[in-house]
Amino acid sequence: MLTFTLKRLVSGVILLVVVATATFFLAHAAIPDPTLGLLGSAATPEAQQALAAKIGTDRPVIVQFGDWIAGLFRGDLGDSWKNFQPVGAQIALKLPVTLSVVTAAVLLSAVLGGLLGVLAGLRPGTWIDKLVKAGAVVLFALPGFWVALLLVMTFAVQLKWFPAVGYVQPQESVGGWLQSITLPAISLALGAVVMIAEQLRNAIIRADGLDYMRTLRSRGLPQWRIVVHLLRNSAPPSLTILALMFVGLLSGAIIVEQIFALPGIGPLTQASSQNGDIPMLLGITVVTVVFVVIINFLLDILLGWINPKARVK
Amino acid sequence: MSATASAPAARGPLLEAKDVVVEYGTRRKPDRVLHEVSLEIAPGECLGLVGESGSGKSTLGKAILGLVPVAGGSITFDGRDITHATGRDRRSLAADIQVVFQDPYGSLDPLMTVGDILAEPLATAGASRAEAKAVVGEMLDRVRLPKQVLDRYPSEFSGGQRQRIAIARALVRRPKLIICDEPVSALDLTTQATILDLFIELQRDTGVSYLFVSHDLGVVRRVCHRVAVMYRGRIVETGDGEHVTGDPQDAYSRRLLMASPVADPALQVERRAAWLALRSEHAA
Amino acid sequence: MTSPLTENIDTRASRRGSTFVRLLKRPAGAVSFGILVLIVLVAVFAPLLAPYDPNFVDLSITRAPPSPEHLLGGDTTGRDVLSRLIWGTQITLWGALVAIVTSLVIGVPSGLAAGYFGGATDRIGTWISDAVQSVPGMIILLIVGANTGNDFNLLMVTVGVFMAPGYFRLTRATVLAVRNEAYVDAAKVSGLSHARIMGRHVIRPVVAPIVIQSALTAGMAMGMQAGLQFLGIGGGTTPGWGAAMNEGFRVMRTDPLLLLWPSLALGISIAALAVLGSTLADVVSVTAPLPSRKARRARRAAERAAAALGEPAVVTASTGAVAHAAVDSAVQIENLRVRYETADGEVEVVHGITLDVAPGEVLGIVGESGSGKSQTVFSVLDLLPKTGSYTADAIWIGGEDVTSLGRRDRARLLGREIGYVPQEPMTNLDPSFTIGHQLTEPLRAVHGLSGAEAKARALAMLERVGIADPPRVMRAYPHELSGGMAQRVLIAGAIAAKPSVLVADEPTTALDVTVQAEVLELLRELQQEYRMALVIVTHNFGVVADICDRVVVMRHGSIVEIGEVSQLFSNPEDDYTRELIAASLDGAESRAELDRAFVAAHAAASPGAVDGAGLAPDPDASTEADRKEVRA
Repeated sequence: MLTFTLKRLVSGVILLVVVATATFFLAHAAIPDPTLGLLGSAATPEAQQALAAKIGTDRPVIVQFGDWIAGLFRGDLGDSWKNFQPVGAQIALKLPVTLSVVTAAVLLSAVLGGLLGVLAGLRPGTWIDKLVKAGAVVLFALPGFWVALLLVMTFAVQLKWFPAVGYVQPQESVGGWLQSITLPAISLALGAVVMIAEQLRNAIIRADGLDYMRTLRSRGLPQWRIVVHLLRNSAPPSLTILALMFVGLLSGAIIVEQIFALPGIGPLTQASSQNGDIPMLLGITVVTVVFVVIINFLLDILLGWINPKARVK
Repeated sequence: MSATASAPAARGPLLEAKDVVVEYGTRRKPDRVLHEVSLEIAPGECLGLVGESGSGKSTLGKAILGLVPVAGGSITFDGRDITHATGRDRRSLAADIQVVFQDPYGSLDPLMTVGDILAEPLATAGASRAEAKAVVGEMLDRVRLPKQVLDRYPSEFSGGQRQRIAIARALVRRPKLIICDEPVSALDLTTQATILDLFIELQRDTGVSYLFVSHDLGVVRRVCHRVAVMYRGRIVETGDGEHVTGDPQDAYSRRLLMASPVADPALQVERRAAWLALRSEHAA
Repeated sequence: MTSPLTENIDTRASRRGSTFVRLLKRPAGAVSFGILVLIVLVAVFAPLLAPYDPNFVDLSITRAPPSPEHLLGGDTTGRDVLSRLIWGTQITLWGALVAIVTSLVIGVPSGLAAGYFGGATDRIGTWISDAVQSVPGMIILLIVGANTGNDFNLLMVTVGVFMAPGYFRLTRATVLAVRNEAYVDAAKVSGLSHARIMGRHVIRPVVAPIVIQSALTAGMAMGMQAGLQFLGIGGGTTPGWGAAMNEGFRVMRTDPLLLLWPSLALGISIAALAVLGSTLADVVSVTAPLPSRKARRARRAAERAAAALGEPAVVTASTGAVAHAAVDSAVQIENLRVRYETADGEVEVVHGITLDVAPGEVLGIVGESGSGKSQTVFSVLDLLPKTGSYTADAIWIGGEDVTSLGRRDRARLLGREIGYVPQEPMTNLDPSFTIGHQLTEPLRAVHGLSGAEAKARALAMLERVGIADPPRVMRAYPHELSGGMAQRVLIAGAIAAKPSVLVADEPTTALDVTVQAEVLELLRELQQEYRMALVIVTHNFGVVADICDRVVVMRHGSIVEIGEVSQLFSNPEDDYTRELIAASLDGAESRAELDRAFVAAHAAASPGAVDGAGLAPDPDASTEADRKEVRA
């Protein structure tokens, strides 16, 4: 277990460094002169030079990279080029909003998707199965922001059940917080729910046809125990998809936050990209990849627990 | 042409395997599955290789075909060292050494017509369409399949018929040796009998040699001139087919024989008693 | 081997040419394909179809409602909505195309290489693919879109890069599945080069999944593109749907229609692609339909009703016979029929058979594949696959007719009255649970033993079936056992509750001969020890000779002969039985004997040289039968 954790830690760090490096050079290639974007129309050559000296972009890119990556290993993501505040602190401020929405969406996908998948898988051919299948076809492909617009139009604008925009901190009011993240989470999760449900349904049907399920039934086990065996053997692909979806949900959150005017990572990313605030963009990338690494680590442990063959010796 | 029926005369072996070693796993932790195995096959001869799962019998066939790397020893075919033949050398052997696999479902590409499957080895060898058509037609006759099968797909045939197609594919290049890897063990009993008869007939007609890998003593007794018994990666006994399958000398070969139930209740009572005796002897 | 009818029926091969036709025959396929054709036509002929220049500003139609001149009205800056939608179609399709081509070009070749060559190629490819998948694409797109002048094509190429892992994984998985097929080995032996094997055997099975994946990917690329435009990236002055949605979103309270039109266009396009992809997937892999339980119940009820009226549902005579009175037998089956739902309708695989077994008796059911022998025992267990169903006049178990029992009561017999030993030991243990759990679970859940009692009983059973180190095996997982050990464990599980009948479906077929002998010996001992009735399904007459008292010979779903073992072997009544016994090769001529006979026959026919070239193949009777099979 210890060697497994160490191995995963090392491979996670390697992944982080590779992604960070690639993103660093990509960003510098995409934004050759950041001072232009940072200063806007007020840019005079003198102001540009002064700013370049201040943020260090007058040095060769490779030197900047060395500084930045060294900082990364110290846990320092640098300062924003726009407001000169530490990047880490600013991200930490916005992260809870995005994480609430994404976590809510993941939970919703897991619970609702799992439930629908089990029901459809145990009773193929019934209405619930058809619903899952049809839903999986159409809803999965539709982008989250499209669904978000639909939900806003229906529930916030027409029915006025939910606030259309804005975020309520959980410290202020838990109910308000839940209300403010409900629609965003649903619009993000809808595709994932049907995807998980369909995946689980297929896995259950496949597992149900396997030899050992017949043998288990031949021992006279009650139905709910049969379902436990079925679930444990058909969960892995759905869990893998759920972990993969986490990344997709983060991407989707960026647009959905825009629609619901949530002060999360989304607006921060967009503003930084318009300004050419490279340290902020890099910081956001690094933080999200760290989360992805953690999620994948948890997934591996979970899969190892479920499937002894995949367990690391 | 020496399509004689008796066991082939000694003319020097067609294939000679000497001290062949095959290892799976990593270099640091090799798992040796063949321990210095040696055998010879004469032209026109059928050599049976019997053993249980994991004995290494299929691995030896794959080593001769170049499908697994050989870690030691040598394999000589027709006077030519083919132990480590790869690339062009290995491909040129296709004219002389062919294969029939166990699984009649997996060994034919489900997306190709039977005609394409049979013509493929010829096309690879550079034969013209007309030539290929003629040879394919001849081989279909040999395996007793009608011409209509050519534009149909493997999924439309029964196990026995697919195995006939696989045999025809092995024959189209007119090879000198066919490795038969459990070619009848996936078939029903009655089909198995007719396919075995087909193997014998083809050998009489074409003079091809077989390395016939099987777990079934009854099967090798039926088709093989000589039989080698494998156990845990080693050949424990080689000899005349009737003797090895009827009155083996090696202790393992005897257990193997006595463990196979015979389709006669009275004889089986005796055989079971003999097996029980051998078992307690072995345990002691 | 046991139930070929329940496997997916792959019609790809025989009807491949007509995949497209079959797609269009389905309403969902035809409609979605029609919509897509329409969308493509709109995109191609946008310059002709659009009534106005999409960027022409006519302030008089600012936020104008639909009118005859402007069918969908004007937008917030006074441009014609319909014209912008039409031009937007072209942009949307072009963007999706760029993304897909990029994805394909990166994902498919790398997936092919990784799957085919394996090793380091595979590890590197998979690592890169995983790495790309762990980066939120939207952030990178925002970075790329930031200062590159919103280059639309570059953005869509980036979208393609982020979708490439989908193709990579799909291609790699398909190739991995194909690579180990025997036909790829056969191609190598036939002298094909790697390039040729890839081109001829490996790429083809990848094509269908890729086409299906592309439909989905196109939809997702459209979504990504619209999302970017919604954020104001990659739009420029071009009239994209996403940009229009953003504009509509800002005025949705006053002019909801401005949001509706582009959303509708995007939604319909994506949905059409998704439906097309899923229909195509359905068409390519036709699976046997699953009848709902309600439908099956309804059918059974209808048949019972018909039988009550004196009209038999199917008129064929029942085969077989009983040897004991129903109440005295351990199991008695009367007129059992088994049916399967297949893509081509319902197929009956057991055509009304009658047989019985007495307490303490060993009954063999012999036959070749497709004879219905396994289906018979699954019916007794009430464990047929979902596509299968049976009817019977009666099934007596332990002196009680169980056909009238409800599902739950019927299931209660399992594990108590009847034990089951399966064919393939390695696939009949749940890989996710320890052996100990699988043995003790039924003891606790079904037989009410405490945890400690169950454990003690399980250990004793393992000891009894000849497991050397029971405590260690209890802790082991199935993949850590050999086939022989696994089969002993399964036998232990079957007899743990001391059932009165043990049903064994080809219990030794998957085992080596030496292990088979051990398992048969064990079954014989246990049968005598517990005085169980044993029903053993097999294709091996050696096994029958070894263990059975009576034999039932089945062929094509009917019983051809029933008899005492000694009588059946010495004096078989049916030709088929005789043929089967002869095919066992025991006591058949050896190769040496065959060759001697051949030479003798030849010397007699043509004195002189024995020449193989002069021999006309003389097809024997059974070969002739096999040929007829082809024509049928």
